[in-house]
Amino acid sequence: MLKYIVKRVFLEIVTIWAVATITFFLMNMVPGGPFLSEKAISPAATAALEAKYGLDKPLFQRYLTYMIDAAHGDFGDSLKQRGRTVMDIILMKFPVSAKVGGISVLVSLLLGIPLGCIAALKRGKFLDSLISVVATCGIAVPSFVICTVLMYTLGVNLKLLPTMGLSSWKNYIMPVMALSFYPTAYIMRLMRSSMLDVLGQDYMRTAKAKGLAGHVILFKHALRNAILPVVTYVGPMLAYTLTGSFVVEKIFTIPGLGGEFIGAINGRDYTLIMGTTIFLATLIIIMNVVVDIVYKLVDPRIKLK
Amino acid sequence: MKKRVFALVLVVVMLVGAVACGSAEAPAGEGKILSVQVGPDPETIDPALNSSSDGGTMLEHAFERLLSVDENNQIVAGAAESWEVSEDGLTWTFHLRDGLKWSDGSDLTANDYVYSFKRVCDPMVAAPYAETVLGVVAGYEDAIAGNLDALQVAAPDDKTVVVTLSAPCSFFGSLIAYSTLSPVQQATVEKNGDAWATAAETYITNGPFYISEWVPGSHILMSKNPYYWNADAIKLDGIKWNLIEDANAAYSAYQTGEVLMIKDVPTEEIPTLSGQSDFKVESIIGTYYLSLNMEREPFTDINVRKALNLAIDREYVAGTLMQGTYATASNFMGPGWVDTDGSEFIASANGGAPYIDTTNHEANVEAAKQLLADAGYPNGEGLPVITYSTNDSGYHKVVAEYLQQAWAEIGVTLEVEIVEWASFTPMRRNGEYDIARNGWIGDYSDPSNMLDLFYSTNGNNDGKYNNPEFDAAMDLSRTTLDPAERSAALHQAEDIMMEDAACIPLAYYNDFWLQSDKITGAWHGPNGHWYFMYADITE
Repeated sequence: MLKYIVKRVFLEIVTIWAVATITFFLMNMVPGGPFLSEKAISPAATAALEAKYGLDKPLFQRYLTYMIDAAHGDFGDSLKQRGRTVMDIILMKFPVSAKVGGISVLVSLLLGIPLGCIAALKRGKFLDSLISVVATCGIAVPSFVICTVLMYTLGVNLKLLPTMGLSSWKNYIMPVMALSFYPTAYIMRLMRSSMLDVLGQDYMRTAKAKGLAGHVILFKHALRNAILPVVTYVGPMLAYTLTGSFVVEKIFTIPGLGGEFIGAINGRDYTLIMGTTIFLATLIIIMNVVVDIVYKLVDPRIKLK
Repeated sequence: MKKRVFALVLVVVMLVGAVACGSAEAPAGEGKILSVQVGPDPETIDPALNSSSDGGTMLEHAFERLLSVDENNQIVAGAAESWEVSEDGLTWTFHLRDGLKWSDGSDLTANDYVYSFKRVCDPMVAAPYAETVLGVVAGYEDAIAGNLDALQVAAPDDKTVVVTLSAPCSFFGSLIAYSTLSPVQQATVEKNGDAWATAAETYITNGPFYISEWVPGSHILMSKNPYYWNADAIKLDGIKWNLIEDANAAYSAYQTGEVLMIKDVPTEEIPTLSGQSDFKVESIIGTYYLSLNMEREPFTDINVRKALNLAIDREYVAGTLMQGTYATASNFMGPGWVDTDGSEFIASANGGAPYIDTTNHEANVEAAKQLLADAGYPNGEGLPVITYSTNDSGYHKVVAEYLQQAWAEIGVTLEVEIVEWASFTPMRRNGEYDIARNGWIGDYSDPSNMLDLFYSTNGNNDGKYNNPEFDAAMDLSRTTLDPAERSAALHQAEDIMMEDAACIPLAYYNDFWLQSDKITGAWHGPNGHWYFMYADITE
C-alpha cells in the first residue's frame, strides 16, 4: 500500500505540473491583461507595473520563474488585489467555502444514502416514486434557480432567514440547502440503482435463505457493496464543493473562494488564476487518492497496484 | 468491519476538519450603523491605486484631502482651513487646521501630504491617476521617472503645504480634492508595503471614519473616527459597506431592510420601481457614445459619420431601451460639467442650442439619407458591411440590436460582434474595430476631463481622431489665465468635434439607486460618489 501511495504521489506531481503548464500558456494566449481598464493609465505607469510584476520578461522566462517559485511554495502577489499574495487570498477564502461546502457534503451524504436505500427497498411503491421525483428535480434545476427561490420565499417574503453574509448559524441554512440539493439528489439516484443491483445478487438470496436478520443483511451485506459508486462520486464532489460555488457565494454574499476563480479570469489576474487552478487540481487529486484508499478499505477485493 | 469503520471515520474527520477551520466572525459594530451597498469587493482602497467609483466612495469617508467637495459640487476647505493662489496661478499654498490627527491618535502634519503626493508619482507604486492629478505639478516628469524629490510639493512648516505648478490650472482645486491625493501615513505604508491597505489594523485614516472590521467579500465596517477634527458633526456611529456583487441579492437585502441603500438595482425591477420615492435617478458627468474608427474606410468620410449619427432615435434609446435610466444626449458634454464661471457647461454650449435635434427623428433620418447619398452611397449602395463591437453587460446588447435596425433604415448593414470584457478594452484601444461602444465618466467636473479624449495623442482617443484645430483649442484652454478665454476655447473644442462627428454620443449617464427615506443628510455627487458622512438614520 505504501509503495502504491508513493507511486501515486509521484504521478500526481507530474499531473499538477502538466495542469499548471497548460494553464500558464493558455491564459497568456488570451488577449487582454491585468492592467487594462476602461480609462487608459499612462504608458509609464503600465511599464512600471509590468516591470514590478515581471510581465515585461519573455513568456518562457516568466514560465520558468513562476514554476521555480511555485515549487518553493511561492505563488506570488495578486496582480489585481494589490497588497495581497495569492496564498493570502486562498488561505483567507478557502476556509469559508470549505465550511459551507463541508456542511453541505455532510447533509447530502446523511440524506442521500438513506433515502436512496429506502427508495430501493420500497421499489415501485409511492415512497420510491416520491423520492425519484425529488431526485430528478434536484438534478435538473440549476443552483441559481434554487438560490433565487429560497431567497425570495424564506428571505424576502417570510423574512425567516438573513439573505447575506455568514454572521450566524441561520445564515448557513439557505446556502447549504442550495449547495446540497444537487449532490443529495445525485447520491440518492446512485444509491438507489446500485442498491437495486446488489439486492438482486445471488448472495443476498443466500443470506436471506440462511436466516440472517434483516438489518444484518441490509447493513453488512447490501450497503457495503452498494456504497462503492457513492464513494467514487464523493471524492471529486468534495473537492469542488469545498472550494466553493461561484453562483451560491455570489447570491448569498459569502466571502468564499468560488468567486475568485471567475474573478481572476475576468480580470486576467495571472498569478491568481495559476494559484487557484493549482490549488483545485491538487485538491481533486488528493481526493482521488483518498477515494482509492477508502475503496480498498470498503472492498478488500480491490487491489491497489 | 473495522476497516469500514476506519474509512467512515476518515471521511467524517476530513469533513469536520474542513468545517471547523472556518474563521469565527467578530461581533458587528454597535450603535447607529448605516448599512449600504455601493458595489462588490473593491480591488483596492489604497487611495493612490483606486480607480473605481465604489472604492472612491469609501475613500471619501475614510480620508480627508486638503480640499473637499461639498453637496453643491463646490470646492470647500478640507484638512486645509484656507488656501491661496499666486497671481501667476502657479503657486498654491494650503494652511492646515490646528491639531489634525490620524485615526491612531498620532499627529498629522504637512509633511504627510508631501509624502503622499510624492508616493502617487512613485513608479513602483504605479498609481493609475498620477498623471491626471499631478501631471500639472512642476517636476512631475522627473518624479514619475523615479526622482520623487523633483516634484515641487513642499512643507515649509508643519501646517503649510506649497504646490508649484508648471502651468496655470484653474481647476487644480478639484484635483487636490480628488481621492487619489488622500494623505497616507508614511510609517505604516513603509512598514507594510502595499499590504497596508488590505487590513483594518494597518488602514490608518484621517477622515470622518476608520475601518474597524473588514471581511473581504462580505463587508467593510467603518466606525466614527474620534480624532477627526469635525467629529462633533458626525451623527452616525458607523457605516457598513456590504460587498454584495449580485443585483438581485442586493435588492433582496434592501427589501428585508438589512441594507438601507443599494446601488445595484436589478434592471428588470425598474418599471415597478420608477415613481417610488425611494428610487432615485440623478445625472453623473459622463456620456455613453460610439467610437468610429477614423483610420478605416468608410469612416474617413465625414458625411458617412454624420449620417450614422443622425439615423439614431436617441429619445427611444434612452427613454425606452434604457428604461429612462439614461438621459437623451444631444451634445457630447452632458449636464454636470462646470464652466469656468461656475455655471453649467451645457447651458452655453453651441450658443445654448443642442448640437443634435433629438425631437424630430423623421427629419433626421431624411437628412441622414441625403448625407449618405452625398458621400456616394445612395441608399447605402456600395457601403461595405460594418461591424459593431461591444461587450455584453447592461444595455449594450439591446443598443447593438437597435443600431442594427436603425441603420438598416438608411441602407447600412451592421454586424454585431460581442467581445468578452477583458479582451474588448485592448481591442478598442488598438483600433481593431469599425465602430465600438465607448463611454466615459468624469473624474472631476472640469470639461477638459472629457474633451481631452479627442486630443490626438490622448491614450483614450480610441477613434484616433486627429484635428489640429481641436488640439489647438485644447492647448489654448490649458495655458490661458483668462477664464472667459478658457471657456470659449473649451466650447470651441466641443463645436469642432461635434461638427466633425468625431464620435456618436448616445446618452448621458445617470446613477440610479434605492435609498430608504430613513436616511437623511446624505447626497450623491456628479462624480458618481455617495456621501454619507453627515447622514443620519431616522425611525
